[in-house]
Order: sequence, then structure tokens, then C-alpha cells
Amino acid sequence: MLIVTAVTVVKTRSLFAIVALSGVFSLLSALLFITWDAVDVAFTEAAVGAGISTVLMLGTLALTSRAEKESAKSNLLPLFAVVLAGAVMFYGTLDMPEFGSPETPVQTHVGPDYLKRIPDDIHVPNAVTAILASYRGYDTLGETAVVFAAGIGVLMLIGGLRRRRINDDDKNSSDTKDTT
Amino acid sequence: MRHHLILRVITKLLVGTIFLFALYVQFHGDYSPGGGFQAGVIMAVGFILYGIVFSLAKAQKVFPPWLVHKLLAFGVLLYAGTGIYSMLMGYGYLDYTAIDPHHPSHGQHLGILIVELGVGITVTGVMVAIYYAFAARAPILSDEDW
Repeated sequence: MLIVTAVTVVKTRSLFAIVALSGVFSLLSALLFITWDAVDVAFTEAAVGAGISTVLMLGTLALTSRAEKESAKSNLLPLFAVVLAGAVMFYGTLDMPEFGSPETPVQTHVGPDYLKRIPDDIHVPNAVTAILASYRGYDTLGETAVVFAAGIGVLMLIGGLRRRRINDDDKNSSDTKDTT
Repeated sequence: MRHHLILRVITKLLVGTIFLFALYVQFHGDYSPGGGFQAGVIMAVGFILYGIVFSLAKAQKVFPPWLVHKLLAFGVLLYAGTGIYSMLMGYGYLDYTAIDPHHPSHGQHLGILIVELGVGITVTGVMVAIYYAFAARAPILSDEDW
């Protein structure tokens, strides 16, 4: 189903349908994460991918046109690049341990240590939260700072702070009027 | 969307539930899946849904842009401030034992709650601010255009 959705997204020309389909894609991958027992990731995917980004895409659509332009260039080079990248990725997965194997580095390195210590150290049943906020507190602080910086960046670029500047301009112009 | 009666009624029902769910995800994050990031996004979705179905002006009346901009910085400060507090109490940066030295696990618990709250506030602020920035620029479309 994921593949079908992805192919439809590539084939469709109406940007409106593409935005809706990418929301569908996010929800489907969230379901996939749930079947892999990654509930926290699935939660984020459903909320961010299917919720917020769809809304923001629609907001952007309202600013531009509704249909994709017909591309005049040949599709061969992009196709080649995609197939090559896909082949490299598949080659990379050949080295990965078997899915669900207990001997992966994830299961043998610091993971068991954390899982053993969390009940004594923190008394928090959800290990993901405990690791994110406590053992990896610096990383999460960094992530929050990145979100903050991204928000500030968008505001500066597309002018969420514009109104204040216009007000200032009004004040300036009224000031100059007074002096003249 | 003045004449979309069903949408408006359903939205009124949903927005409260969405906020409640966001708070649940926020403060129940250490027992069940979820945490600050997810809760922040869900909270923001509540405001955005309200803004879409009613109007941007009404949403901005409930949650004015200046407050959004202050909150978005306040979340990061709350997180970083927790670390500075633990430093002042003589522990390592972001060592939550400092919050309750007699019961380290209580301290950890509270610390996680506080920093997750900081994350949640920042994420809500950023998402709503981005939505406001986009929506304020978009021309108001008539329903037929969609």
C-alpha cells in the first residue's frame, strides 16, 4: 500500500491530491511503525507527517498554483539516479543483521544497560521518555533549540513578524509628517 | 466557511478533545507513548483546526501572535533553565537529582516532566507561529476555488 501511494503521488499532476496522498502515506507508515512496536515513532509520524505537514502544505498551495507544470526534460537521468541510489541502499542492507536478531549492536551495546538501570534510577515506565529526557537530555535540548531556530527562521523569511514592522513604519511616517 | 455547519459543529466538539488529548500525552509521557514533541504538535493542531474552520482572526484572538512568539522562546529557556538550576544546586548540567536530592528518582521524574513541558511549549509555539505566518499571507479563497 505504501508503494502504491508513492507511485500515485509521482503520477498525479494535481498538487492538491498529492498533498492529501502524502498524508495517507504518513498514516500508513505510522501503522507500519506500530506493527514494529515503535509506538513513539508512530505517534510522531501520525501527528507531524499526517497532521501538521499536510496543513502547512495546503497553506503553501494556497499561495501558489494548484497543478504541477508539465516537465519538458527527459525522465531518464532522474530515473537512473533513483535506481542507483536504491541499489546502493539495498547493497547496504545486505550487511545489516537479520531483522529482530538479538545480536544487533543496538541490543548488545548500551541498550540493555539503560533498560536495566531505568527502573532503579528514574522509576519511569516508558523507557523512551526516560532515555530522551534524562540520559540523553543534552540531545533533546539540542533538538528543542533546532525546532526553535527553525521557527525563528521561517518567521524571518516569510514575515510572521511583519506586522510589527509595518506598525513601526506607520509610526515613523506619522513622525515625519509631524516634523514637516 | 460560514455556511459549513457540520464542519463548525464537529470542530467545536473536537478542539476541546484535542487539547485534552495533548495535555494527556504531555503529562502522561513517562507512562505511555508520547512526550513533549508529540503533545506540542497535537496542541498546535487544535489551534490550527480552529483557525482553518473559523477564521485566522478568531484563532489569533484566542492565542495572539505576540504570546506565541514569547512562548516559543520560553520553552527553550525553561529547558535550559532546568539545567542551570541543577548547576546552581551543585550538580551536573541537566542532572535532575538536584530538584529533589533526598529522592533522586522523584527528582528525575519532576525533571523529565519539566523539560518535556519546555519541549511541548516550544513545539506548540513554533508550529502555530509557522501556521500564522503562512495563513496571514495566503489570499482568502472562496470555497469554489478548492
